[in-house]
Amino acid sequence: MSAERSRLSVRDLLSETAVALTARPARTVLTALGTILGVGALVTTLGLAKTAGNQIVSRFNELEATEVVVSPQSTGFGDSSRSLNVIPWDAEARIERLNGVVSAGTVSDVDVGDKLARSVPVVDPQGQTEFQIPVVAASPGLFEAVRASLFTGRFFDQGHEDRADPVAVLGPAAAQRLNVTRVDNLPVIFVGDEALAVVGILGDTARRPDLLGAIIVPNQVARDRFNLAGVESVEVDVAIGAAELIGAQAPTALAPNAPEQLRVAVPPSPRRVRSDVQDDVNALFLALGGVSLLVGAIGIANVTLVSVLERTGEIGLRRALGATRRHIALQFLTESVALGALAGVIGTSLGVLAVVVVSATREWSPVLDSWLPFAAPVLGAAIGLVAGTYPAWKASSTEPIAALRGVA
Amino acid sequence: MRLRRKRAEPMAVDDDVTGDLWPGMPAEPSGGDPVPVVLLHQAGRTFPGPPPVEALKPTDLVIERGEYLAIVGPSGSGKSTLLHLLGLLDSPTTGSYHLDGIDTVTLTEPERAGVRAARIGFVFQAFHLLSYRSIVENVMLADLYRPGARERRRDRAVEALVSVGLGHRLEATPATLSGGERQRVAVARALVSDPSLLLADEPTGNLDTATGEQILALFDELHGRGLTLAVITHDDSVASRAERVVGLRDGQVTEDRRVGSGVR
Repeated sequence: MSAERSRLSVRDLLSETAVALTARPARTVLTALGTILGVGALVTTLGLAKTAGNQIVSRFNELEATEVVVSPQSTGFGDSSRSLNVIPWDAEARIERLNGVVSAGTVSDVDVGDKLARSVPVVDPQGQTEFQIPVVAASPGLFEAVRASLFTGRFFDQGHEDRADPVAVLGPAAAQRLNVTRVDNLPVIFVGDEALAVVGILGDTARRPDLLGAIIVPNQVARDRFNLAGVESVEVDVAIGAAELIGAQAPTALAPNAPEQLRVAVPPSPRRVRSDVQDDVNALFLALGGVSLLVGAIGIANVTLVSVLERTGEIGLRRALGATRRHIALQFLTESVALGALAGVIGTSLGVLAVVVVSATREWSPVLDSWLPFAAPVLGAAIGLVAGTYPAWKASSTEPIAALRGVA
Repeated sequence: MRLRRKRAEPMAVDDDVTGDLWPGMPAEPSGGDPVPVVLLHQAGRTFPGPPPVEALKPTDLVIERGEYLAIVGPSGSGKSTLLHLLGLLDSPTTGSYHLDGIDTVTLTEPERAGVRAARIGFVFQAFHLLSYRSIVENVMLADLYRPGARERRRDRAVEALVSVGLGHRLEATPATLSGGERQRVAVARALVSDPSLLLADEPTGNLDTATGEQILALFDELHGRGLTLAVITHDDSVASRAERVVGLRDGQVTEDRRVGSGVR
């Protein structure tokens, strides 16, 4: 008769583990609690950092990530005329040639001195009819570049610009002060003594909110009638992702001779924003998560060790029934790994839940790296493995008869 | 060293040396000299020091198939060591040990554990039932480390429980059983693998006299069915139920006598 080797099938090992873990469910959960909290904290931290980072990025994406503003380099005081002349009058045409530009337009504050704006040519002694309203000179493309909408009427166009037609578009606040509510009756306003035909009233703008309270006139009108010296800045609406490129190209396109005299404001790159946010949030909470994981590992190790001592009778019995030392070690190791993995799954679930709840209260869209829910239980299992090694070794080196003689 | 026994000495038991009466007992080649269940030859166990302790001095011991043997002795006499060796939980440092003709000293640990699982049944003083499992699951545990048909595992456990008179309480948990019933579950667990040798370590130590008597009666019955039993005890009334008593003292066999013929 040959000697058959003792064996333990994987299926039996797993079912023994399942029975052992479910025999005392409350104890199992308490043992796993530290690891649950640790994994949960890690998942929550990583998830919230990702969510918050993504949130800020998406806000940039909406407007600011597509906005490039070019203006002359500040040259200190007393030299404004020189710097104002850096940007040519045909800036709009030059910029719109660049690939990646959606629309562009110049915008310049016009110095009208103490001239007041009024909508009627006569002075009404009963009420205030004259106001100090800022005048802004713009190229026709500006309206699109600031994503302006119309309340009524129309924007002025290249034809008005070319002909130097005395027209104006009013911001809604300016229109209200001047008591202009419609344009179909061809209202005329006066800035000082210059008459301007109102062709449209703005509804809103996404950028340059100062336009809402201003009288907007074509560049040529501002030059002819208000002595505008030069273009102050160029607003560029770019395609998503093109901001950096346009920011690099615009100065050369505008001022080939002196690109260094132009200052370009581009949105911060999304990557940088994300990493900044994550660095801030992560450092502290990852440390916290790490500490709870350590505590969790110690918890598993501790309880598993106690249960080894408690189950010496069972260990002896299993040895007597044909288990090898390896089988015993394997059983305890499997139990602690399963416990760790279970804790990982529960912790991950709680973490994801926390991310979703926090996101819901902040009205964010929760974002999670797709590998995270899978990696976290593996991390839990690894913790179980580390924590279970010593108890498993201890269990496997239990002397069977001594164990069996002890009180069960 | 006293060599009390010779291998060829005929057994008092006359009718079950062929070893086929316990159903499922490993079939030995019948006819001729049957292989003894236990054959210790100059087997000793010394624990390394310092100082080295010779827990069992080189000993010869033969247990024939179907024998009912009691091993007695005070504590420290080497009973535990002998139990370790007989139960294949330890190996002798000197000499040899053949179980069912298998030279166990040369086996690897998995092989020794496999032989243990297949050929030795243990019954302990403290029963060692797992409290959170039903008694049928406890008995099924005996087949866990043995290769074999998983599907039959439960059937075999039920069979064994029926044979000890507990067929009606299969799903009970050990906590609801009396001490005697628990020990019968433990006996059933030992029987489920059709062992060549049943090793009982103080089987009545945790039981009152009446319940202990039930267990001893069960042993008598098993003996009657041809099972080989070795009972380690310090209780003379337990030892007196056996056919043969081996006395140990200071790691040596000090007596080996035949008592009556057991309760047959």
